[in-house]
Parts: sequence; C-alpha cells; structure tokens
Amino acid sequence: MAHAKNHDYHILPPSVLPLLGAIGGFIMLFGAVLWMHDITPYMFWIGLVLVLYTMFDWWSKVVVESRVGDHTAVVRIGLRYGFILFVMSEIMFFFAWFWSFFKHAMYPMQDYIGTEYVQPNIHVVDAFHLPLINTVVLLLSGCAVTWAHHALVHENDRKALIQGLAIGIILGIAFTALQAFEYYELLAHEGWKFGDDIFYSNFFMATGFHGFHVLIGTVFLTVCLLRAMKGDFTPEQHVGFEAAAWYWHFVDVVWLFLFFAVYLWGQSVL
Amino acid sequence: MADAAIHGHEHEDERGFFTRWFMSTNHKDIGLLYLIVSALAGLISVTLTVYMRLELMEPGVQYMCLEGARFLASDEVCTPNGHLWNVMITYHGVLMMFFVVIPALFGGFGNYFMPLQIGAPDMAFPRMNNLSFWLYVAGTSLGVASMVTPGGNDQLGSGVGWVLYPPLSTSEGGMSMDLAIFAVHVSGASSILGAINMITTFLNMRAPGMTLFKVPLFSWSIFVTSWLILLSLPVLAGAITMLLMDRNFGFAFFDPAGGGDPILYQHILWFFGHPEVYIVILPGFGIISHVIATFSRKPVFGYLPMVWAIIAIGALGFVVWAHHMYTVGMSLNQQAYFMLATMVIAVPTGVKVFSWIATMWGGSIEFKTPMLFAFGFLFLFTVGGVTGVVLSQAGVDRAYHDTYYVVAHFHYVMSLGAVFAIFAGMYFYFGKMTGRQYSEFWGKIHFWMFFIGANLTFFPQHFLGRQGMPRRYIDYPEAFAYWNKISSYGAFISFASFLLFFGIVFYALFRGARITQNNYWNEYADTLEWTLPSPPPEHTFEILPKQEDWDKGPAH
Repeated sequence: MAHAKNHDYHILPPSVLPLLGAIGGFIMLFGAVLWMHDITPYMFWIGLVLVLYTMFDWWSKVVVESRVGDHTAVVRIGLRYGFILFVMSEIMFFFAWFWSFFKHAMYPMQDYIGTEYVQPNIHVVDAFHLPLINTVVLLLSGCAVTWAHHALVHENDRKALIQGLAIGIILGIAFTALQAFEYYELLAHEGWKFGDDIFYSNFFMATGFHGFHVLIGTVFLTVCLLRAMKGDFTPEQHVGFEAAAWYWHFVDVVWLFLFFAVYLWGQSVL
Repeated sequence: MADAAIHGHEHEDERGFFTRWFMSTNHKDIGLLYLIVSALAGLISVTLTVYMRLELMEPGVQYMCLEGARFLASDEVCTPNGHLWNVMITYHGVLMMFFVVIPALFGGFGNYFMPLQIGAPDMAFPRMNNLSFWLYVAGTSLGVASMVTPGGNDQLGSGVGWVLYPPLSTSEGGMSMDLAIFAVHVSGASSILGAINMITTFLNMRAPGMTLFKVPLFSWSIFVTSWLILLSLPVLAGAITMLLMDRNFGFAFFDPAGGGDPILYQHILWFFGHPEVYIVILPGFGIISHVIATFSRKPVFGYLPMVWAIIAIGALGFVVWAHHMYTVGMSLNQQAYFMLATMVIAVPTGVKVFSWIATMWGGSIEFKTPMLFAFGFLFLFTVGGVTGVVLSQAGVDRAYHDTYYVVAHFHYVMSLGAVFAIFAGMYFYFGKMTGRQYSEFWGKIHFWMFFIGANLTFFPQHFLGRQGMPRRYIDYPEAFAYWNKISSYGAFISFASFLLFFGIVFYALFRGARITQNNYWNEYADTLEWTLPSPPPEHTFEILPKQEDWDKGPAH
C-alpha cells in the first residue's frame, strides 16, 4: 500500500462496510422470518437500520471518492458497465413475474382437459382511467430526467438540470401517489384482496414490485438532485446521475410492459 | 512482474488481522476467504451424506429414528424418522449447490485468478467484492440456521428437497423453510454482485493488448459463468419470493385452490436450475484446460473452439430447462423440443472433451496430482455426460425419472466433475496461493482414494436406478441391498479422502516445502499468474504487464 500505483484503476482501502452490511442483512432477514411468525418485529427493524446505514455510508464514500478524483475515465466506464449489468439482473427479476402473469393469462388452469380447477376471480381495471394517467405521468417524468441530462451534457445548464430533476421527481412521487390511490380504491371499495387467488397474486406482486422500484428510483433521483444543488456533476463526469436516469428509464419501460400486458391486454383477454 | 520483482516476499504486510480478513478489498484475500468458507460448508454438507449412506447401508431403518438420531447400531426399537432423512437430502443439496461449489469455483478461484490472468490490479469494484463474500457468509449462516430451527412435522429443519417444490415447500410448517428461502435470496444477491464485478473486470481491465480472444480459458469460463449467474439467479429470486408470499401472506401462485399452478414453480425454478448446472461446471472447464495444457507440455488444443464451446454451452443452458420435468404432463411437442435442444448441448461439450484429449495427444504427460484430478475429471465428467444424453430422451426418462440413475448421473457431472475440478485447481494453485508445496505422495493417495471411493459410491447407483430404486427414500426393499452396501462403502472411502485432503492442506501450510520460483510447474503454465511470486504480494500489477509477459503467441 505504501507504494504508488501506475495505472488508472481504482484500488480501495479496506472497509468495514461490507461486513456491516452483511450482518445487517442477516439480522434483517432473520428478523423478517421472526416477524412473519409473530415472534417479534424488532429484529427486522434493527437489521433494516443497519442495512440503510451501510447504504448511506457506502454511497457517501463513493461520492467523496469521485470528488477527490478516484473515478478516472476508465473507472467511470467500469461503473457504467456495472450499473447496466445491475439493471439487466433487475429485468430478469421482473421476467419471473411476467412469466407467471402470462402463463396464467394464456393458459389458465381451468382450460386443462379433465381439470377440476375453477376460474379464479378476474377483476378488471379500466386501463384508460388511472393506469393511462399513470403511464403519461411516468413517461413525462422520464422526459424531464432526460431533459435534465441533456441540459447538463450539452449546455452545462445547471438551472435546467435542477429543474428537470425536480420535475422528474415530483412526477415520480405523483405516480406513486396515484398508484397508492388505485390500490386503496381496489382494496377498500372494489372488494379486491391482497393475495387470495392467482389473479390478485400476479396483479399485486407485478405492480407492487414495480412500485417498489419507482420508490427506489425516486430516492436515487432525489439524491442526484441534492448533489446537483451542491454543485456535483460536470458534463464529463456524472456517472451517478446517468445511472439514476438509466434506472428511471428501466422503471418506466417495465411500467409500459405492465400497462400494455396487465392492464390493456389483460382487460380484453381476462 | 516488474512490481513483483521490486516488492517480493520481503515486503512486510502492515495490515492487522481484522483489517486484512474482515475489511478486505483485495481480490486475492477474498478469494482465499471464499475457498476457506466453502471448504467448511462442504465439510458440513459431506457429513450429511455420510450419515445418509450409513442409513442406506442396510435395508430397514437403523440410525434415523424418531426415538433420537443414532450413530451406532443398536438393538433398541427404531421408528423411522422420514423427516430427518428429508432434512438431510435437502440441506445436502442446498448447501452443495449454493454454498459450496459456486463459491469455491466462481468466488474462490474466480476471484483469485481471473484478475491475475488478465493482468488486472484488482477487481473492478473491490469493496463490493467483499460485500459478495460477506453476503455469502450471511447466506450460509441463514442456511445452517434453517437446518436447526423448527420446521415441518414438529421437528427441526425443512425436508422438501433442494428444489423447494410446492406444495411441499408451501405447506412445510415452522420458520425453517422461510429461513432457507432467505438463505437462497442472500446467496443469489451475493452471486449477482459477484457476477457484475467479474464481467466488468473482464471487459474493462484486461492488460494492454489482451483482446477478447487472447484471454486465457479460465478467465473466459468465469466471464461466461458470470452471465449465466446474472441472468438466471434473479429469476430464481422471483420464484422463491412467490413461495414466500404463498407461505406467509396467503398468495396463490402455486396453490390450486386459488387457481395457481404448482408446475409453474418447476418451470421458473429450472429456468434458473439448468443454467445453474453450467454455472457449477464451466469454471471447472477453465481450470481443467490449464491443468491439462501444463502437464501435457502443449498449448491447449483449439483455443478458439474451446471459447466458443463455453459460450455455446452457456447460451444453450437457457433453453433446455424443461428436460428436468418430462413427467409433469407437458405436450409431446414441448417434450420433443426440449429433448432435441438438450442433445445439442452434447456437441459443444464434445468439442471440449475432444480438445482436451487432443491437447494430451502427443504431449509429454506428467502425472502430477492436479493432472490426475484432471484425468479423473475427464473420465467422470464424460460418464456423467453420456448418461445425461440417455436421460435427455423423454421416453427413456419416463423410466428413469426420480430413480437412482438420475442421482448417479448428476453426481458424476457435479460431485465428480466439478469437485474433481476444484481439487485439480487446489493442487495446481496451492503453491501459488500459499507459497508452500503440498506433498505429491499424499496428493496422489488422496486422488486414488477419492477416485475409487467416488466411483464405488456412484457407479452402482446406475444399477440401482435400472432396477427401479427411487430417489429420496429412507429405506428400500431387500432386492436393492447389494449395491447399496457397496455404494455406502464408497461414500466412506470418499469421506476419508476428504479428511485426508484437509490433513494435506494443513500439513502443507505449516510444514510444506517453501516455493521460491514464480512458476513451479513448467513453461506451459504460461498465464500471467505464473509471472508473480508465490504467494503474490498484496498488490499485483501496479505496473500493468506488457504484452510479451503473457502473449506466448500460439496463433489461433
């Protein structure tokens, strides 16, 4: 460690965060099991706090490292590769939920010859009301983020960067609020159940995991907004913001699939 | 090289114990940690199998009793404890698949040697690398915890089989099953982060001049494995999340009462599960290629076809999953497709096997321990491969499904294929990683014990399968007694060889001959790790290697 490196890669000092994060993860998941079996909720929350602290400290360090110049051009390429790969793994996670949805939409169990299965409840949301509004909201949010990106890269217009990000975030929050409202309407007034049969299972897990990713993306963009206000990001160096924008577009593409498959196509076939 | 020459062994390591091993951002140390923890998990997992083989040694149930598990034969009454048996097979499978073989080959050797082979100073994300490792430890802990927490049948642990099929897994009582699900989640997260790291390192940090088709085969195998992990494990995460929802929140993904489909789980599981098989074996392919080339004193035959074969196996691995499920009631067309696609995999695999043979052809072969293990690998993997072609036939599989023939088949490719590759890698690289040499004599004893033991264990299981003995049963009729007894003897010999292996490692660590050369084999061990001292200094390639250090130029 005492001697100089002669390359542009990033060699990091030892860090206790991975150990801490893994301990936090263990406590959180063990706690989740205890909670699910009605023993105690507290262990879960302790673990969650540890995990969140690890994330915060970790990514703060990454921001500091970028400010002191550890993120050379080649390191930035690596960070981008890494993030794209992470998004690919996320896409494959949604692959499982869509698989379940399409399987049951196209080959429902009661269609099998000789089966005694019965058609589960099929409830339809009118795709052209709230879901369509949500689609527009999320796509506009994506546009705003791209506008912010464009402003940074091509004009180095920091005001437009901050405005675009802020609009993107507000629209993201609006999406979450509308989605929460939809859930509330469905569950409280339309008699939908959270779980219970395969239709509800698919609907709530697919849209629910998407909603969870919207929340993550909103937090990610908010962090970028705060960093932009503090003067981070240059036209050449803004991997964090780029990653947030990619993530946001991943989230809205997943939504497009949900909208066209679950809401629109589901409305006609189910 | 230059860096190593300057800083050599004398460079005193100023890191404290905790800093070095618990806060590491060093790919070599993390690789060693992976190997150590996977060896421990392996020991637990292998011990379970010894207990299972002890029980299967004689017809009737003698050891796994409801009155209490026994280790010595006794005359007291014994009521069979099927749950205990099921717990044994479940955790043997879960541990081996998620917590032993992948961490050893991909986490251990991959971490240690992939960056060295491509001349990278470390991994692309060194801190995240350590997160992968500690999440692996967290996952293993959850897995082991699951074994000893309240589960089904008012006993400890879950007895559902490593595939966690519903309805068994959705109806198993207690916390144990949920812990097992989270264990798999965490191990998946660990592997995905590892895969992201490996792919980025491979793409972004190769030595100057090292184009993709000049990268050593082991690094290639790690690269392709990473893609399989990246694309298949999240799908598994989805499937087991569905299990979790069904179990705890009243969802109905796999519950027929709510219109759900238990077969769907099998599809999603095997969409992960089949790539998983190649995740397990591909890094082994990489190690074997280097070992065979080194001890045949020839460059590996057909480098380019070898690379493309790895890629082809990886790609095909994603489109054959339902050959694990011929008997679930798929249409004939589906079965025909999966049968054909499965047989196609024999082609790239054949390319690899024949290329290894061609590498040895006309070489001056030296039977050092790693080479013996590579030989063992070739033979055993080929046996497992051809029984795989037999099983790929949907019609034949009707008879063999869930019999010991299948058990024999997959243990030949994994327990004997992948594990022989792990041992080949251990003996091949032991000196490089520790600076001490193992005892050649005892290494060979280990090989022969293990080779004989493993064949004795699993070859008779082909016969048992042909006779119709089903998997996953605690007991069997008298007719199967003969080969079961032999199989158990084999398991005991294998277990003894595994203990001997630990002895060899500890002896070598403390008493083994010190290694002074960088390359203690021969000039055909020509990848970059052999230009470094043994063990390599804390930081390697602080001056990036030059092309002449690694490009020995056998043209492809």
